[in-house]
Amino acid sequence: MLRVAQMYVRDRATAEEVVQETWLAVLNGIDRFEERSTLKTWLFRILTNRAKTRGQRDGRMVPFSALAGASDEPDPSVDPDRFFGPDSPHPGAWAAPPVGWPEEKLLESETLGVIEMAIDELPEAQRDVILLRDIDGWTPMEVSDALGITDGNQRVLLHRARSRVRAALERYLNPEIAAGTP
Amino acid sequence: MRLFSREMACQELVELVTAYFDGSLSRRDRRRFDAHIRGCEHCTAYLEQMRLLIAATGRLTEEDIPTDARDELLAAFRGWSQERPV
Repeated sequence: MLRVAQMYVRDRATAEEVVQETWLAVLNGIDRFEERSTLKTWLFRILTNRAKTRGQRDGRMVPFSALAGASDEPDPSVDPDRFFGPDSPHPGAWAAPPVGWPEEKLLESETLGVIEMAIDELPEAQRDVILLRDIDGWTPMEVSDALGITDGNQRVLLHRARSRVRAALERYLNPEIAAGTP
Repeated sequence: MRLFSREMACQELVELVTAYFDGSLSRRDRRRFDAHIRGCEHCTAYLEQMRLLIAATGRLTEEDIPTDARDELLAAFRGWSQERPV
């Protein structure tokens, strides 16, 4: 909640206030909650409305949809050099293919640290979506509702986020392959 | 109708992985995706990497809300909801 609030307001303290206000509003309005939406969706609708109002008042209004829209330029999931070019007999096929990862390697804390760092370095909108989807386990609909973006948009952001994190992990686990010179 | 379904290249497949996992591919693309995966060990490896990555990411926790603050809030919420008539 704090993170979602921070997308709209200036600083963390304000975001904390908005979260508190939201809980109060939720507790006081729970009788009006009709189960047409999930409780979570309802909660975040209240949160984003409050955060938006607060953000406008404080002069910081960067709607999330604007951040999300800033990612329209092409951003290939995998370095194009890893594939055969258009003049080859198999254009678009793997030239430097990925290899299998041992499952236990993915459980090591050092590996998790690499993932965490890669997530940290993502552009803001991508980071928000991957946190909500892959760490908090939200559904696509919950994410698009809470952030006020389309379903397609949240998927593009998630896809770019996951692809970048995968690439970072591959650089760590298979440095020679990631460099495109197996 | 194979005639109308262009074969999927590896480079195209890697762009569709998230839509594939979300079940939001069109039927036609889903078919092309499945057909490609069946015959391509490299893309199978790629897909498996993504699965492992998503599972591993799910093991990370958020540190935004410190645990005791969250517990306190939940306790308060429970106490509060018990006091209210249903």
